[in-house]
Amino acid sequence: MTDLRLPLGLLLSFYGVILIATGAIQGTRVLGINVNLWWGFVLLLVGAAMLYLARRARSL
Amino acid sequence: MHLTPTDLLIIASYVVFVLGIGVLLKERVAHSSDFFLAGRSIPAWVAGLAFLSANLGAQEMIGMAASGAKYGMLTSHFYWVGAIPAMVFVGIFMMPFYYGSRARSVPEYLKLRFDEKTRAFNALTFATMTVFSSGISMYAMGALLRLLLGWNIHASIVVSAVVVLGYIALGGLRSAIYNEVVQFFLIVFGFVPLVWLGLRDIGGWSGLASRVPDTYLRSWQYIGSAQANPMGIEWFGMVMGLGFVLSFGYWCTDFLVVQRAMAADSMNAARRTPLIAAVPKMLFPFIVILPGILALGLTLQPNPGAAPILQQNPGGGYDYNMALPMMIGRYYPSGLLGLGITALLASFMSGMAGNVTAFNTVWTYDIYQSYLVPRATDAHYLWVGRATTVVGVAISVATAYVAMRFNNIMDMLQLVFSFVNAPLFATFLLGMFWRRTTGHGAFSGLIAGTLAAALHYEVTAVAAASSLVGKVAVLHTYPSDMAQNFWGAIWAWTSCFIVTIAVSVITRPRPSGELAGLVYSLTPRIADDRLVWYKRPAALGLVVSVLTVALNLLFW
Repeated sequence: MTDLRLPLGLLLSFYGVILIATGAIQGTRVLGINVNLWWGFVLLLVGAAMLYLARRARSL
Repeated sequence: MHLTPTDLLIIASYVVFVLGIGVLLKERVAHSSDFFLAGRSIPAWVAGLAFLSANLGAQEMIGMAASGAKYGMLTSHFYWVGAIPAMVFVGIFMMPFYYGSRARSVPEYLKLRFDEKTRAFNALTFATMTVFSSGISMYAMGALLRLLLGWNIHASIVVSAVVVLGYIALGGLRSAIYNEVVQFFLIVFGFVPLVWLGLRDIGGWSGLASRVPDTYLRSWQYIGSAQANPMGIEWFGMVMGLGFVLSFGYWCTDFLVVQRAMAADSMNAARRTPLIAAVPKMLFPFIVILPGILALGLTLQPNPGAAPILQQNPGGGYDYNMALPMMIGRYYPSGLLGLGITALLASFMSGMAGNVTAFNTVWTYDIYQSYLVPRATDAHYLWVGRATTVVGVAISVATAYVAMRFNNIMDMLQLVFSFVNAPLFATFLLGMFWRRTTGHGAFSGLIAGTLAAALHYEVTAVAAASSLVGKVAVLHTYPSDMAQNFWGAIWAWTSCFIVTIAVSVITRPRPSGELAGLVYSLTPRIADDRLVWYKRPAALGLVVSVLTVALNLLFW
């Protein structure tokens, strides 16, 4: 394991999924925003991008 | 604050993850250079983010938010004046000698350039400083977790020490660096929502501007005289003391950060390491200082029906150190709260791991191998490195307990360290750019600078503050301890600079042949003009500088 993007992408995606699930189930709103849900999407997106980059680098 | 199982799951998976990285990287440690220098194989972007992260201890996060609440945007000077210029300088001008000389540590560079005694002085003071400061931050973190979450302080200290020890002893510097990058992302993703929610709550930038005095939103406008701004420092002391002496002394000579660049996979990557780090560094005021200013705004004029964020101290003033934790407590629901606490833990561990890896390298190479047991096998030094990690962490834990019992001793130590650190940059500047500088000159300059800092402290006072030690005489009174600190550094640097030159002139210089690769005028220039612009250190440095100037103007 040399490419750091792989574990990093996994961790961020994992946190993204947890936050999305928490947001969807509990639906807690702060200042009218379901922050867990939205921030979970951001984390998942960044995590998936890392995983994509790591995979692309490996297949080159 | 109350943590739910979701929060605990997030925190626990982080702990498992960092240890997992250590386990996965263990097989890549075959030689001592793998353990101490990550085999010089780290790509530029990884080294760059680790360079930044090693400096992002929890005390930095908490302290900068506190400073934001106390002084406002003036705090940005610690970034835009007190970090970026030095990071650009070390990348473009100094890294060729650090990396090109193949030195394995900053003290070893001093040995190559000057002599044994200069290295010994730097290695011993640096090693002592790193273990003590990681102990002090360990105690601070334990105390914070007890206050916020009611966690047992002994458990916090021991568990975090064991985790950091585990991943460093297994995977060495590579493991520390990989984890620092992960910590960087967690810090960003854990704290950005705070700014988002805080700004939304206060009614955007205009809402903030209507609730705090204008001095809190400007970085330069009120710095003409020490009386006009809450920091009590005028522009000259700030630019010279913080921006030049202290900042260059830290970012250009502290092995804690330089080690990350030394581990890079090429000269070009090593030079780009601090420049890549400078890009997020210049944006960090928005995620660490801004929450503090928002906390102040929501305290001076809370929203209808909402309690103020900061609490009053019994002695007057607000409890600024709680700005960041209180903001997290106010806005983060279960889930995000776990992420926020993980970000705090991550920043704590990255700061501590930085100290521990720098300590075990300096101890093993510059003290053990140089003075105690030279000419042993590489496997032996690798073993010593792992053992030193255990010992270093143990001393840090012991220091944490001393700090818990005797706060004054720790304050004293930090004061003495600040005397030793203040003159350092003069030695490196002369050593790298003036070939006539001699070992005797460098050593006597360092001693003179350290003494000058101590003497300055002994003959000046701070208005309305009690002193740690008795004063010989008070010749000058500063409006704030920050002003005293900056001016003390200026005196120390100047003394070191003058004494180094004076002694160098009357002592015998080393022959030019021995100094190739160590001194500017005797080292061939690096030709990088055929690379694309973002791989050229000079071009990258220019972009970073222009952006920093723009930020200063924007918040003038």
